[in-house]
Amino acid sequence: MTVRPKRSDIAAAALTLLLAWLVIYPIFVVAADAAHPSALRAFLTRSGEWAALWASVWISLVSVILAAAIGIPLAFLFEWFDFPGRKTLGALIALPVVLPPLVGVIAFLFLYGESGFVARAIQSLLHLQNAPWRLQGAVAILLVHAYSMYVYFYLFTRAGLAKLDVSMLEAAQALGADRRATLWRVIVPLLRPSLVGAAILTFMTSLGSFSAPYIFGGGFRVMTTQIVATKLNGDLPLAMVETVALALVAVAGLVILRRTEGDDILVALGKGIAPRPRPIRRASVRWLAAGAGWGLAVLLLLPHLTLGLVSLVPYGAWTTEVLPPVINLDNYRRLFSEAERLRPMWNSLWMAAASTALAVVIALVGGWLVVRRRVALRRAIEALLALPWALPGTVFAIALAITFSVHAPLQLRFVLVGTAVILPLAYLVRALPLTGRGVLAAYRQLDPALEEAAASLGAGRWRTLARVTLPQLRPGLAAGASLAFVAALGDIVASIVLYTYETRPVSIEILSSLRLSETGVAAAFGVVLMLVSAVVLGVGARR
Amino acid sequence: MSGFLQIQAIEKGWGHGVTIGPVSLDIARGEILALLGPSGSGKTTMLRLLAGFETADGGRIAVASEDVTSVPPAQRRFGMVFQHYALFPHLDVGENVGFGLHNSPDKGAKIAAALALVDLAGYERRKVHELSGGQQQRVALARALAPEPRVLLLDEPLSNLDPALRERTRHELREVIKRAGGGITTVFVTHEQEEAFDLGDRIAVLNHGRLEQTGAPDELYEHPVNLFVATFVGRANVFRGTAARALGANGPGVLVVRPERLRFAAAGLPGVVRERRYIGAAAFFVVEGDDHERFEVLAEPDAAKLGERVYVEATRVIAL
Repeated sequence: MTVRPKRSDIAAAALTLLLAWLVIYPIFVVAADAAHPSALRAFLTRSGEWAALWASVWISLVSVILAAAIGIPLAFLFEWFDFPGRKTLGALIALPVVLPPLVGVIAFLFLYGESGFVARAIQSLLHLQNAPWRLQGAVAILLVHAYSMYVYFYLFTRAGLAKLDVSMLEAAQALGADRRATLWRVIVPLLRPSLVGAAILTFMTSLGSFSAPYIFGGGFRVMTTQIVATKLNGDLPLAMVETVALALVAVAGLVILRRTEGDDILVALGKGIAPRPRPIRRASVRWLAAGAGWGLAVLLLLPHLTLGLVSLVPYGAWTTEVLPPVINLDNYRRLFSEAERLRPMWNSLWMAAASTALAVVIALVGGWLVVRRRVALRRAIEALLALPWALPGTVFAIALAITFSVHAPLQLRFVLVGTAVILPLAYLVRALPLTGRGVLAAYRQLDPALEEAAASLGAGRWRTLARVTLPQLRPGLAAGASLAFVAALGDIVASIVLYTYETRPVSIEILSSLRLSETGVAAAFGVVLMLVSAVVLGVGARR
Repeated sequence: MSGFLQIQAIEKGWGHGVTIGPVSLDIARGEILALLGPSGSGKTTMLRLLAGFETADGGRIAVASEDVTSVPPAQRRFGMVFQHYALFPHLDVGENVGFGLHNSPDKGAKIAAALALVDLAGYERRKVHELSGGQQQRVALARALAPEPRVLLLDEPLSNLDPALRERTRHELREVIKRAGGGITTVFVTHEQEEAFDLGDRIAVLNHGRLEQTGAPDELYEHPVNLFVATFVGRANVFRGTAARALGANGPGVLVVRPERLRFAAAGLPGVVRERRYIGAAAFFVVEGDDHERFEVLAEPDAAKLGERVYVEATRVIAL
């Protein structure tokens, strides 16, 4: 055993403390302050609080069911059957996942909202006095959730199906199992980890979902919107109790769902060959499948097309007509020429870039300590990197808002709320699981012999890092960093709690444009966010 | 005796009471030394200690009288060929070979020379994954040799090649090593006796982290110092008690006899032929003695029949 003092252990202790200060400490501060008798009593006795908490839970559960009902059959269709356009469509219908939730929500609003495209069309077609429906409440929220979250089930199930070993299916058939038996006794059990993974992701996303309930909720409150409303009303103690309640529900949900994952190891013994997609033989069925697929793709892309259209309509030009009478680039011109509109764009860009860069550095140091140095604190570091994923964004937003609005250096609390630092810090916390997971996975796949080979060829630590380690980690790093950047760029959950006028990001500007009925400008902002996100993710996914 | 590469009482302890060493070895300039041992014998750890990837708990390593025990790998100027080659997948062949030459003025020429040495001239722009296993191994060798290291280390250099390729590659490898810079001092690790014999000038046998014996191949084969070396290096029959005395042992000790040093005779150690394994020029006969211990005799293919009662005598024995 070596007894020399290890610099890596000191670095690990420093990183653990930094992460604990960022990730756990604010939660503890809120939990401690929430133990406020009158706030607790208020929470326990008001029926609205319980209703919101229950709404969060059941909305999330129903979202899981709806997303599974759409995503799983789609995955089977695209993984197992071949028809014209399969590849293009298969990539296209994964699109909603790349869009900032707020953009998806306003696109939905412009398409299916009460003054949206579809409602107008029906209204003029049937000569109705009023809009045919009001898209509001739980139904609207569930629609948006199903629309955006089926992607998790779709992607996870496809990945699981692609990993299936065709010889295992053949073995089942050789043992006399018919198709149905093969499906239920072989395929579904093997897919279980993928399905549970998708269910957890959907549940957590749905529980933390803010844009949809905020825009469509109306009087219907879920916990995230309830917390923000309480905070805006200035009832901080109650907001803290609500935050703790939401955090507890999230942790409980995670624990229960994890349990369904089972602990039996479902690893194929050999390297399998995935079943090849089967061409559909009968021409009529093949064209039906292709037609349905394309129809579906259009349906799924329609909100974004609508968003693009609305962004071209100048202020006040579109009143009751089905199609806009005028379209031009006026909104974009205003966006890029008016200093007050350009500012949120720069704010979002620099804050997202700064938080992503910091999250990447932390993930790299963490990956090196956890995987390469195998420091004693590696479990703690890994858990701290992953933790922000397990709690809704609103929880962290409130926790940071409370913790960093007090000047108490001895408690490591500083006044950061109201400064330009707080939002990047909040984005950083949310980015850690994304960059952390990407870098850790890449580091685990990196053969340590490569770094040793570089050393044996005379390369020092930094040259090895630059020439060997980073190029090898690049795919995982880029994937994590691009997801983190896009999440920060489109963030609304933390922004709405922590922004100041000077540091307001694009999402806040979109909301205020909507409030002023400047739908064109809001849509133009949305289109810009969408395009930047798509480009960043495209670059990040490049091998 | 003072070697070019000196290993003096090197020790390394792992948890769970596993210890390597102390091991001392002197390796002459230009010599190829094989570290031979079963898996878990500590041979790879020894190699990693030499490369500087592990830090010794005690002892000293010196090259040309310079103490390198605590010199980090990057400054040690030891070349290493890894078991799975560890070629950088994001760099092409030329960039891989040139990795250790980044400050060298005539980098291009040196890369070309190193590739020519391993018979891969003109492969500079090839992608690593386009190469066959044998070519990858040669690129790894060229990469290790290009910066003109003082010592070359090879970790199971042939284990990733298919058996047919292995024998030819052994000779090529030895030739390249002997040609590079007029013979580069080399230490390599293997668990295969044949590889050690073919490639090494001298062999160090390791077991449970201890050095059992060091010597030239025939020395180890003909004069093993203990039962482990006798049985690990080459095929060996071990006789004890009556059987040993029947073969001419005069002490109470153990008798080791190679299969080719046994032959069927009119008298001697009795037994019954239980198995015959034909290998072409000869056959191995598995004989069961009266004490039910089995041993192997290498003889002419038609020297005996299955089930036949035979007598065996030894032409040469190793008494331990």
